[in-house]
Amino acid sequence: MGIAFPVPDQAIVARRDDIIAGLARLLPADGLVTSDDERRAFETDALTAYRKMPLAVALPTTTEQVAAIMAYCHTNGVKVVARGAGTSLAGGAIGQEDAIILGLSKMSKVLDVNFADRTMQVQAGITNLAISDHVMPERFFYAPDPSSQLACTIGGNIGMNSGGAHCLKYGVTTNNILGVRMVLVDGTIVEIGGEAMDAAGYDFLALIVGSEGQLGIVTEATVRILRLAEGARPVLFGFATSEEAGACVAAIIGAGIIPVAMEFMDKLAIEICEAYAKAGYPLDVEALLIIEVEGSDAEMDATLARIVEIAKQHGVATVRESKSAMETAAIWKGRKSAFGATGRIADYICMDGTIPTGQLPLVLRRMDEITKHYGLRVANVFHAGDGNLHPLILYNVNDPEEARKAEEAGNDILKLCVEVGGCLTGEHGVGIEKRDLMRFQFNEADLGQQMRVRSVFDRKWLLNPAKVFPLDGRIAG
Amino acid sequence: MTALTPTCDEDIIEAIRLARSERSSIAVEGQGTKRLMGRPMQAKRVLSMQAMTGITLYEPAELVLSAKSGTPVAEVEATLAARGQMLPFEPMDYRPLLGSSGEPTMGGLTATNLSGPRRIMAGACRDSLIGTRFVNGQGEVIKSGGRVMKNVTGLDLARTMAGSWGTLGVLTEVTYKLLPRPETTLSVVFHGLNDQQAVALMAAAIGSPFEVSGAAHLPVGIDRIAMTLLRLEGFAESLAYRAERLRVLLAPFGRCDIIDQTASTSLWAQIRDVRWFAEPRNEAVWRISVPPSKAPALLAQIAAGRRIRHLLDWGGGLVWIATASTELAGSEVIRQAVRHAKGHALLVRASEGARGTDGTFEPLAPAVLKLSTGLKKSFDPDHVLNPGRMYSGI
Repeated sequence: MGIAFPVPDQAIVARRDDIIAGLARLLPADGLVTSDDERRAFETDALTAYRKMPLAVALPTTTEQVAAIMAYCHTNGVKVVARGAGTSLAGGAIGQEDAIILGLSKMSKVLDVNFADRTMQVQAGITNLAISDHVMPERFFYAPDPSSQLACTIGGNIGMNSGGAHCLKYGVTTNNILGVRMVLVDGTIVEIGGEAMDAAGYDFLALIVGSEGQLGIVTEATVRILRLAEGARPVLFGFATSEEAGACVAAIIGAGIIPVAMEFMDKLAIEICEAYAKAGYPLDVEALLIIEVEGSDAEMDATLARIVEIAKQHGVATVRESKSAMETAAIWKGRKSAFGATGRIADYICMDGTIPTGQLPLVLRRMDEITKHYGLRVANVFHAGDGNLHPLILYNVNDPEEARKAEEAGNDILKLCVEVGGCLTGEHGVGIEKRDLMRFQFNEADLGQQMRVRSVFDRKWLLNPAKVFPLDGRIAG
Repeated sequence: MTALTPTCDEDIIEAIRLARSERSSIAVEGQGTKRLMGRPMQAKRVLSMQAMTGITLYEPAELVLSAKSGTPVAEVEATLAARGQMLPFEPMDYRPLLGSSGEPTMGGLTATNLSGPRRIMAGACRDSLIGTRFVNGQGEVIKSGGRVMKNVTGLDLARTMAGSWGTLGVLTEVTYKLLPRPETTLSVVFHGLNDQQAVALMAAAIGSPFEVSGAAHLPVGIDRIAMTLLRLEGFAESLAYRAERLRVLLAPFGRCDIIDQTASTSLWAQIRDVRWFAEPRNEAVWRISVPPSKAPALLAQIAAGRRIRHLLDWGGGLVWIATASTELAGSEVIRQAVRHAKGHALLVRASEGARGTDGTFEPLAPAVLKLSTGLKKSFDPDHVLNPGRMYSGI
């Protein structure tokens, strides 16, 4: 496999026992993982083709412990890789031999809920879904809903600026975080933002959200919670061609309608997901849109009537509305389990480029050509409203030649996304996976400015240093 | 001050090169409509972006627009309105409050992160900002973000430019995501509530499923009888339904009336621009951002023993205060009350002397100030661009 890691700092590796002893003094007895067996659980994330055994794994329970660990590591030149649940598809949480993993999973409490101000304070290790579950009895929720929401943490969501199926209406993580408590590389604890709807001074939250653990360790977050709509109803629209489905999406938005979600699946993705979830997806179409609307029954009826009218103008072949909560759940289960269901039939690489939605027909055609060129198959799921593509390239992980081809096909697809005016990653992050493609999207001046900003927070590049920026040509403070 | 009017990136780069070689500074602006806000500057040159104009990309079906930074906001809004779309965040117009003239530009709007009443539903200016091009203080052209709304490729420098007041770079182009313009609008109004009741009502309304896109309270002093306003936007049939449900939900707060589209639209423009504080000109005006539920106590603390006027937007999360004097009298009280409420305050209108002290923007915690100094240095190491516009030394 083609992605390089930096050569470990042998001086640090040689001092392993000493460093473990130093860290042990700062943590509760069960807060430090050092044995080979236990460390192995932390050697990769959801980019399982790559593995690195970390020097040790620290599992703090308080912000103060995090601060003490950071101060120790800063003084001793030990690198630190932050980790939530380890669900990164981009290798963002993979460690290295001369670095500790700082896992936030034990910090998973809800600290405060304020319904009047529609805010909630949580620790960074709480799962995305647990936030919504906590306020669901009062009919509130936290909006970004990545497919991995059952497992992934808010800290990881902040690191990767995660999205989900419903961000067409509600935005991504950066639009739903009001403040963070963060430990800087030297152990200083800072408060950024708060419960107000904007913050004083520079917009550091903009930098922190999506920074992939390179600016500091977020230990607490103040998130925006929203009141649930009265009802929500997904509708399935089947089309004979992807072009018709794409044109239908554009026409809906053009008509002034913003559905809460518009999800696209191609034929292979439909088959895979239907076999797994039995959601009633039509199997005789080339493209499927799941369009969800919200509101009262009358409002949903009215909005859907408008959408159906538009879909008919674009040759829709089948229309099927959810008639019950169970059907709704099955429809979303099918879509949200697309990655897992695909994993049942083959190994896959999940791509995450974003394109201007008008380029969809062209990009689908070119992706088909690219994967055929490498002799591979691709299943497409796609956040159609916002242009975020998730082609799943199927391959056999035990065949090194096919694995190499899958990686190359993925790279070609991402370059295509940039060429048509999009970007390398919409919601999964750069990690190691797209690190070496950054120069396709940015020139040296763009990257230089980003790296100088990074260095303001971490002059010695101790925080998650193998990620995001190409390993050559790095700029320190 | 010498005025420079660049027409291309090279002109900006040359101006920065010259300033660096002379160790002088540059004041960056569009048409200068917000020159009277923030800390005043003694720059050798003023760089006005007013000649770099034009919409460079508009894709209605993708809800995205790019414009050069000198493009008047009015031109963008008119172009969008013609296709039934809008900037989501309803940018305010500071001209009435500041008594300034000229046309607000897209660059100025971005640099000051201008968000209006719809912020409670559609997010702030920075939330819709998805791409920027700018020239940093080293004369390098930098792009960040792009034209797609989901993008986590590298650090989000694009959004960082929002609210940076021209201190990090000279914006040359900005890209925003858009929303469809609502088919129609109306407001539900309650009368005679005090601040505390009004904030409770607005919290209940925004926390309902009925999609309130504006929640403001105009207390006695703005009008003879206090008005608490809830704005609804969307399709006509949906509006009637939601207004009725709000009437039932909020019945404990009293009887309500409906304000129709025309009157509602004009009223919300007045709220957005805080028209009632335009005169008298010698009053100081503060813009305070707080967790909404803290607004009533904050106001009580500030109003104790002095005459102020105020109004609430964002359900109480945005507090506008006008005080009797343009001098800093009372500013310590305001700063203290704001700190207590965990908010922040911007002294929007005051004499040059008053704004020249470090009391214009909210003082920063030492660790955040240190990061801010570092951030400034990483973009503009020689302090060429708008030095001191936000904070001394930045």
